[in-house]
Amino acid sequence: MATEVILPKVDMDMATGRISRWLVAEGATVKQGDPLFEMETDKAAMEVEAPAGGVLGGIAAKEGVDVPVGQPVAFIYAEGEKPTVAPQAAAPAVLAAKVEAPPAQTAATPAAAPTASSVPGALRATPLARRLAREAGVNLAAIAGSGPHGRIVSADIEKAKAAPKPAAAPVAAAPSDADTLKLFAPGSYSEVPHDNMRRTIARRLQESKQHVPHFYVSADCRLDALLKLRADLNAAAPVKDGAPAFKLSINDLVIKAWALALRDVPAANVSWTEAAMLSHAHADIGVAVSVPGGLITPIIRAAENKSLSAISAEMKDLAARAKARKLKPEEYNGGTSAISNLGMFGVKEFAAIVNPPHATILAVGAGQERALSENGKLFSAQAMTVTLSTDHRAVDGALGAEVLAAFKNYIEMPLAMLI
Amino acid sequence: MDAKVRELSYSQAVQEAMAIALESDPRVFLMGEDIGVYGGAFQVTGDLVERFGPERVIDMPISELGGAGVAVGAAVTGMRPIFEFQFSDFATLAMEQIVNQAAKMRFMLGGEVSVPLVMRFPAGSGTGAAAQHSQSLEAWLAHVPGLKVIQPATPHDAKGMLLAALEDPDPVMIFEHKLLYKMKGAVPEGHYTVPIGKADIARPGKDATIVATSIMVHKALEAAAALAGEGIDLEVIDLRTIRPIDRETVIESVKKTSRLLCVYEAVKTLGIGAEISAMIAESEAFDYLDAPIVRLGGADSPIPYNPDLEKAAVPQVPDIIASARALVQGRR
Repeated sequence: MATEVILPKVDMDMATGRISRWLVAEGATVKQGDPLFEMETDKAAMEVEAPAGGVLGGIAAKEGVDVPVGQPVAFIYAEGEKPTVAPQAAAPAVLAAKVEAPPAQTAATPAAAPTASSVPGALRATPLARRLAREAGVNLAAIAGSGPHGRIVSADIEKAKAAPKPAAAPVAAAPSDADTLKLFAPGSYSEVPHDNMRRTIARRLQESKQHVPHFYVSADCRLDALLKLRADLNAAAPVKDGAPAFKLSINDLVIKAWALALRDVPAANVSWTEAAMLSHAHADIGVAVSVPGGLITPIIRAAENKSLSAISAEMKDLAARAKARKLKPEEYNGGTSAISNLGMFGVKEFAAIVNPPHATILAVGAGQERALSENGKLFSAQAMTVTLSTDHRAVDGALGAEVLAAFKNYIEMPLAMLI
Repeated sequence: MDAKVRELSYSQAVQEAMAIALESDPRVFLMGEDIGVYGGAFQVTGDLVERFGPERVIDMPISELGGAGVAVGAAVTGMRPIFEFQFSDFATLAMEQIVNQAAKMRFMLGGEVSVPLVMRFPAGSGTGAAAQHSQSLEAWLAHVPGLKVIQPATPHDAKGMLLAALEDPDPVMIFEHKLLYKMKGAVPEGHYTVPIGKADIARPGKDATIVATSIMVHKALEAAAALAGEGIDLEVIDLRTIRPIDRETVIESVKKTSRLLCVYEAVKTLGIGAEISAMIAESEAFDYLDAPIVRLGGADSPIPYNPDLEKAAVPQVPDIIASARALVQGRR
């Protein structure tokens, strides 16, 4: 019997994914465990392996098209089993029809939520759900199914019935796509369909700003000692194969300083949940990495326990793989806090949006030569401005100030980081 | 008016039913292999030969086809035979008499005669008796119009349904799971009947319906008790009769719970669960289904001799728990 190859769910809140590249052609023979295709999840690319050995057939998902999680995308047939006369001949036939459906249909409705119904012909609903929808006048196509393979079950209909009508929503509705398009002359713009990363960024940051009460504290940090320490350490790096074993960046030192600050002020290394405060044992620091088309936040786990050279090496590896979209979900999911550094772009200061389940995020500005004064004397020194955003449900103002002061101490007396 | 109720084993209950029938109706007699002085391969007839004599408790030669022919003829000519197969597997030898004669005679003779024949089939696996002595062939016979096929699951029903079978004008095939013979349960004294064609709701529940037969009723009840601890409330229907099926009870239950799991020991393919599933899909209950119908049945394999493989070949309590949980939690 043919084995279904489904689009796997690899991320907690993943509704759809897309196949970026098929690695095996229709009709090819595969062994169990052979990589079949590369898929793009919300945040990364990963390879999906063959669930069984046999002949790949009935490929039903084109490269670059959103597919609901759990949807069959191909079948693996036993040797000698002919897809056309297979016991489940109907399944590949239906799927074949899907392949022929014009992809323009999805592109023409870029605002449609990524539900099962966004794939033509794939609407799955139980008989009970269909009857309840019929009776309540609910449009099944507008509902995302919570069952296996995106199947709509009765509970989804009950939820849809209970949900407030968009028109009656208390918040002013966002302008519709049509309203936005009206403001521009036709032909004066081009439309780039959103990819999963763009949708995820939009959704998560909107959720954060709507649900997380943000609070901000800023501080200026002098950098002279840090810059000197960095130069000394880099100059002393052992040479291996004609190259220095490490080259620390300012950012590597910032990661370490922030991790140590969270260790020293554990009350700030927390996550908010409705039931309880999660107090984390380690400072797992997400570091925002800009990638083409968006950003991603790979995590340095237990950064407070890692040496500067280890943090530096790990960060280089994570950043390179992030840009290639080759991170594994466990490398960017979770974390207890985050750092966003726009200093390299010359930004003086900015405030970042907390990314739950984190309770804090540190926004780092550029190191600049500034005119400072001390004891009535004016002098020049290297300094940077950092702004800490906190989830006020979890980290109050004074606590934010305390952990930021600890960070400032490490930056200005960086030898303490080496103890 | 309430009769006294005692604990009896399933086999004692069957024996008591036969004794009551032998006592009260001179037309009733038993025939089968080793049912006389030996007391039956599973000791169901016991000492009946001493109480009623060898003319009414007849040890017959090892010839199922011949014996079945005698029983059919006796029934047609006014007797009330109760025929015991030593193992239900040996019914294959008597198919001509059961399928072509007993089941057809009333139809072919325009209702001029009926065949009030009762046959008992010790069935099922779990005794280490291997492939030729462990089958569950009830669906074979249930496929034949003209027969009634029942699978009592409790001592109470074993007695009451046997007595009901004796009152039925048509051939009634009784499949008794061998592992149930030692099972004890409350059985009233004296004569009573449990109607053929009426299912029993063994456990009311709201989250899913399990339709089970014979020994699987008890496994399903055990699974339901385990899942009750997880807040999953299963309804267990003891089908009791597989021909004619009690459509109303099953349909009403599925309309209530929206989920159906069929559990039976016979080979899953083309078994009673297939019929129940199709019946629901064709019925008004279809519009109430909130998940695909699930069947748990025996493997597509002869019953193995190896005890571990024998267990693995038929549904066990953990299988039912896993299937029911997945069904209720929306993972099917």
